[in-house]
Amino acid sequence: MIRLVDVSKYYRTRLGSTKVFEGVNLTIAPGERIGILGRNGAGKSTMIRLVSGAERPTSGRIEREMSVSWPLAFGGAFQGTLTGLDNLRFICRIYGVEPEDKIAFLEEFSELGIYLREPVRSYSSGMRARLAFAISMVIEFDCFLIDEIIAVGDARFHNKCNYELFEKRGDRAMIIVSHDPGYIREHCSRSAVISGGRLHVSPTLDEAFDFYQRETALAA
Amino acid sequence: MTSAGVRQLFRSSAIEWRVVYALLMREILTRFGRHNIGFLWLFVEPMMFTLGVTTLWTITKSIHGSSLPIAAFALTGYSTVLLWRNMPARCIGAIEPNLSLMYHRNVKVIDIFLARLILEAGGATISFAVLSVIFIATGLVDPPEDVLQVIGGWLMTAWFGFSLALFLGSLSQESELVEKLWHPAAYLLFPLSGAAFLVDTLPPVAQHYLLYLPMVHGTEYIREGYFGSRIRAHYDLGYIAFFNALLLFAALAKLRKISREVIPE
Repeated sequence: MIRLVDVSKYYRTRLGSTKVFEGVNLTIAPGERIGILGRNGAGKSTMIRLVSGAERPTSGRIEREMSVSWPLAFGGAFQGTLTGLDNLRFICRIYGVEPEDKIAFLEEFSELGIYLREPVRSYSSGMRARLAFAISMVIEFDCFLIDEIIAVGDARFHNKCNYELFEKRGDRAMIIVSHDPGYIREHCSRSAVISGGRLHVSPTLDEAFDFYQRETALAA
Repeated sequence: MTSAGVRQLFRSSAIEWRVVYALLMREILTRFGRHNIGFLWLFVEPMMFTLGVTTLWTITKSIHGSSLPIAAFALTGYSTVLLWRNMPARCIGAIEPNLSLMYHRNVKVIDIFLARLILEAGGATISFAVLSVIFIATGLVDPPEDVLQVIGGWLMTAWFGFSLALFLGSLSQESELVEKLWHPAAYLLFPLSGAAFLVDTLPPVAQHYLLYLPMVHGTEYIREGYFGSRIRAHYDLGYIAFFNALLLFAALAKLRKISREVIPE
């Protein structure tokens, strides 16, 4: 289980303390896939960072009884001067996994070939994304956090990612944040909407989508 | 503590060590790379500094008001400066370029500081040790009279550098002024730090004020260990220990505050 109990988050800005959200309560059971919808700037990424533990809530608490990934589909943690393999070794060391066992998988999945031994700064953005996704699949978690759509590479690679994440790891819990209801419908069984500094949890997907449509229409 | 608590502690320290080790390896690769002498730069660079200063002081026959050979004087003095000065320099502004690493829950601000501090203190220490051996082997200086005292003084100075680095590193996250002010401060503190003089040769008024600086105590203590009866050292280990403890406390308080507020990129 992952439990968010009465969580609030405020950021300090030049104009004083600004609320991102407050009074957030959410429970994620093992194997459950929940989608969190929100418009740009609603606080989706903040929410996922709080769940991952990378950031701490201003008040309330977050209980993690299963292992939780870092926010996936994120390529920024790469040091440009390091090679793809160096970056793999770094992530493996942090999570206590033997890197040498994972090189074959990385080579096979990322399709980066000899470039794995070249500095990441020489990669194109597509290559970086492939490396990022492949490295994300090296460490196993009970719950994966997915920030926005993982639009990685071309259609074929995209399908490969979907298979790796949603089929092979179909038994894991997932929290997916997106502004696209279609993506949430495709992968989630439940949804919640961040809006106006609150998290609105709906019993069914359709109700969540209706609510989200109304909120976006109101704002427009 | 309960046995579950002990087990938790062991698990946590295992994770802590894993993360610091990962950051350490990463830091070594990004800083020194795989080209030419690579990792050796860690201590070759500070060695070049100390050797250069030794040469300069020897050529200009710097007045240091004692009968000690200049080589010995520069070795003990300048190595000590490198120790307490390089640690803060590496920690100021260290968080910003590493923000993206904090996407990983177990990577905390303190880990980034620790990895850098271990490297920096390690480099300065290896440089000091290697140069000491070379200087002693070639007869430039005599072996230290009390090796343990040299190590003790070195550790006290390292503790000072460590605390100062954590404090300034944390503070620099809140104010860019730290970075701007540190360079002139470090530059001005160097001649005052005891590296280029023996406290005993100064007028009493100067001694009185200079002994407010903790690194002067560390340097004097190291020199007494090295040269023993040949000099009259002025130091108060209680003072530097008290200063270090206070600074470390302030540093940890500041660190705790900024750790709570840091936002991964």
